[in-house]
Amino acid sequence: MTQTITRALITLTLNGEPHRIADGSSVADLVRDIGLDPKKVAVERNLEIVPRSTLADVMLADGDNLEIVHFVGGG
Amino acid sequence: MSNTDSWTVAGRTFTSRLIVGTGKYKDFEQNAAALVASGAEIITVAVRRVNVSDPKAPMLTDFIDPKKYTYLPNTAGCFTAEDAIRTLRLAREAGGWDLVKLEVLGEAKTLYPDMRETLRATETLAKEGFLPMVYCVDDPIAAKQLEEAGAVAVMPLGAPIGSGLGIQNRVTIRLIVEGANVPVLVDAGVGTASDAAVGMELGCDGILMNTAIAEAKDPVRMARAMRLAVEGGREAYLAGRMGRRMYADPSSPLAGLI
Repeated sequence: MTQTITRALITLTLNGEPHRIADGSSVADLVRDIGLDPKKVAVERNLEIVPRSTLADVMLADGDNLEIVHFVGGG
Repeated sequence: MSNTDSWTVAGRTFTSRLIVGTGKYKDFEQNAAALVASGAEIITVAVRRVNVSDPKAPMLTDFIDPKKYTYLPNTAGCFTAEDAIRTLRLAREAGGWDLVKLEVLGEAKTLYPDMRETLRATETLAKEGFLPMVYCVDDPIAAKQLEEAGAVAVMPLGAPIGSGLGIQNRVTIRLIVEGANVPVLVDAGVGTASDAAVGMELGCDGILMNTAIAEAKDPVRMARAMRLAVEGGREAYLAGRMGRRMYADPSSPLAGLI
């Protein structure tokens, strides 16, 4: 018999939209889940920059507000 | 003629005096081709939310190599000092760059800078170790205040952003150039090559433009025109133009007339 571990989901606000992810996920997990290259983006959590070197160490909590940005064309 | 003309901002030396934006292009390929034709070494870029539903969409950095070109993150679209500072903190984290373009806008209709907010943001950014090149009004006193606040370059508008109206006040641009101890670049308002040349003839260190190239019918060709205009205007400034006369003065000698 296989044991499945189901983790509860938490809800974040990601770039202004609701986003659900497994409880216990880090910011790095989130970036990977979406399919982004962490080297090309910057992450802000609850108005504070999450340094790239600490993405794996910062755990997400229910209700967190995340902004993930990158560079686009502009003047 | 010297082929080694260069300019330095915050200790970084560049040979091209043209800075180009990367907005409004048909696609990334056209943008990259125009960039090559412009000869620019610095490009401005904006910071925006990633499209979470399409993470594999092509990114600017896939087409314009950040190792080859100096990315100058801007704060376009920010209307308060706080928004601008927040944007540039994210930009520094995303790219690791401290040389940035600050613009804090006052209203959507004219996109004129809000100088009170701009000055406040400049002070904070300088304290946080940023090197802000600052978009500003064409006001020699405001330019001095920005310099005192820590601006590494002042970038007065020639005309409203995206208007293509050309440099409206040559007197104030010249006064800013004369009074500045940091590089002065005309930022915004250039519509065609002669506008860029005018800015350079006034003694500016460089010109920053986006729409004039991106909205030309042939952006790659206009990019080349702008490169030549900036170089031509610079050479004319260094050469020192002739004096103005009220009336004609013949070029052929009067002596020996038959």
